[in-house]
Amino acid sequence: MSLTAFSHGPSGVTVEPGAQKKSRMAWFLLLPGLVYLGLFFITPLISLVITAFKEAPPGAFIGEYVTAFRWENYTEVLSLYGDHSIRSFLYAAAATLIALAIGYPLAYFIGVRLRPYPLWQSLALVLVIAPFFISFLLRTVAWKQLLADEGFIVGTMKAWSILPPDAHITGTSISVIFGLAYNFIPFMTLPLYSSIERLDLRLLEAGNDLYAGSFTSFRKITVPLTMPGIISGTLLTFIPAAGDYVNASANFLGSTSTTMIGNVIEANFLVLQNYPHAASMSLILMSAILILVSAYVFKSGTDDLL
Amino acid sequence: MSDSVSGFAQGGADLELVGVSKQFPGFTAVDNVSFTVPAGSFFALLGPSGCGKTTTLRLISGLEEPTSGKILVGGKDVSTTKPHQRPINTVFQSYALFPHMTVLENVAFGLKQRGVKDAIQLAHEALTLVELDHLADRKPMQLSGGQQQRVALARAVVNRPALLLLDEPLGALDLKLRRQMQIELKSIQSEVGLTFLHVTHDQEEAMTMADTVAVMNKGKIEQMGPPAELYELPATRFVATFLGQSNLFDGVVSGTSGKNVRVTVGKMTLEVPTSRTKVTTGDITVGVRPEKIEISRKEPTASATRSVIGPGTVTDTSFTGVSTQYVVDVPGLNKLTVFEQNDGDIVAAGSKVWLSWATEYSFGIPFDTDQFVDSDTTTRSLAVAKR
Repeated sequence: MSLTAFSHGPSGVTVEPGAQKKSRMAWFLLLPGLVYLGLFFITPLISLVITAFKEAPPGAFIGEYVTAFRWENYTEVLSLYGDHSIRSFLYAAAATLIALAIGYPLAYFIGVRLRPYPLWQSLALVLVIAPFFISFLLRTVAWKQLLADEGFIVGTMKAWSILPPDAHITGTSISVIFGLAYNFIPFMTLPLYSSIERLDLRLLEAGNDLYAGSFTSFRKITVPLTMPGIISGTLLTFIPAAGDYVNASANFLGSTSTTMIGNVIEANFLVLQNYPHAASMSLILMSAILILVSAYVFKSGTDDLL
Repeated sequence: MSDSVSGFAQGGADLELVGVSKQFPGFTAVDNVSFTVPAGSFFALLGPSGCGKTTTLRLISGLEEPTSGKILVGGKDVSTTKPHQRPINTVFQSYALFPHMTVLENVAFGLKQRGVKDAIQLAHEALTLVELDHLADRKPMQLSGGQQQRVALARAVVNRPALLLLDEPLGALDLKLRRQMQIELKSIQSEVGLTFLHVTHDQEEAMTMADTVAVMNKGKIEQMGPPAELYELPATRFVATFLGQSNLFDGVVSGTSGKNVRVTVGKMTLEVPTSRTKVTTGDITVGVRPEKIEISRKEPTASATRSVIGPGTVTDTSFTGVSTQYVVDVPGLNKLTVFEQNDGDIVAAGSKVWLSWATEYSFGIPFDTDQFVDSDTTTRSLAVAKR
């Protein structure tokens, strides 16, 4: 006994209490987050699933439903709103591509060209997030005014015969996609910036040295190395854009012909009071996005990302 | 892609710089530099950090554009072509290996860009040359510093460029690995027969590896020649102090005697062979390398062929194994450094000694204050001054 007391060799027994203490501490620190998630994410999700299976009892008032197991809610919404779902994903995809086309050069400019001037770099980043200081509802309404038929832009385009005299911009797919792209460009630019900012320019010099011109170097070195930013940027744009109900709403940039899933869910909840349809539509949207996103992430080869 | 890159020789090609300058806002990094590197030779550009050697390299590779002057590879002016159009490859100081590619993909990159058919097989051969073929499927991050360095070398050598540029590629390695890589690099160079241009601040590295060394300082080339010539007969004070150590005495030419120039240094007179000095009138600095000096307890007889100074006092001795380094204080002169082979007795500190050397080892250089000061020495002297 006295001998072991003096031995200072590594012993598993003495390490464990410390490790246990540490892991208990970690759980303790996680607790607020877990409670929050349980209360505000899991609970509503369960309630949503229950609602999605509810049915209206015979002779019920509008908005009165009882707990049931009604699968037909799903098949009904799919046949009713299939077009809207496809439109949502197409709009979101188009807006994501536009945001990427605008966000990537912007992020590259801030992250690479402005690298020698940290002050300008910070200023440019502030400008990227500056629109957030004004509610996006107000900004979208502002675009509605700008793009309105009697507005300056449409007027000028008609005067220059770029648009035919009876053309509109608001209420068309174009204005909705434009609005989505506009609203999500900061969400695209910031993750791209954080990837591009870390890009080692000496690798591009090495590419040039090894007979790759600027375009090849960009394709073979810059793009693969900034792929994490491209993936998170496109996800942060595509997911909320697919569920957006502001831009496509007739009150903003859309019309009845541009209705997206978000508008369908909103109308079912708030106007038609068809809660089971709204809930099942929400769950379908959620699963579709989950499937698409996981396919995308797996396809991009996450293990190759740095 | 392949037709835009031309001039790929299986051996090396001549490199010629004609009056090349590079100005950055506020300073001149490279000032009217001209030199020729013959095909197949190993040329070292040596100088302290900030002397313009890396800028010179970047000008040659095309990553910077010269403000004036011409750069010719194999007789063709490449000054205005883009880096990817030049038959030149670089081993970068940071290695700059592509982290998202395997070692093999890194090495095959240049070949694939040029549309070489058996790129993969050639890449394997290059990796075999640097003894890393068994790690071909790893990512660069999974390799040690020395291994990454060899991949960077293979990635450049595999293209058989007319000219291979090495930008302090051994700087990040520890001393033992560096010595080993120096030998390997030299043997690879003679094996593939390419023209190597090596940039370094390590004078020992430059001297052991290169056929020709150019010492660069403040954007200019101070002296150029085979390592032994530069060491034995430095042309400027900077070269004399940067390349090895020198004992320097500032004096005035007082006349000639036979084949020698007589120089008055304080109260003493030293002689320098006329063939070993460019200065024959006015201010002059006489130098002699520490290992050429003999230390003796009795006064040796001075003659036309033997220079003697003394008596002085040994102020410090340090035993370095193969030799002993003495610091001798001779009144009226700077402190002198002497290296003696450890074949006889060791003179104790405090002893009264005379120093002598064969006059044919003396060299004369223009009087100049531009001395290379090792940053180590500077901090040491600062520390001493504080005390």
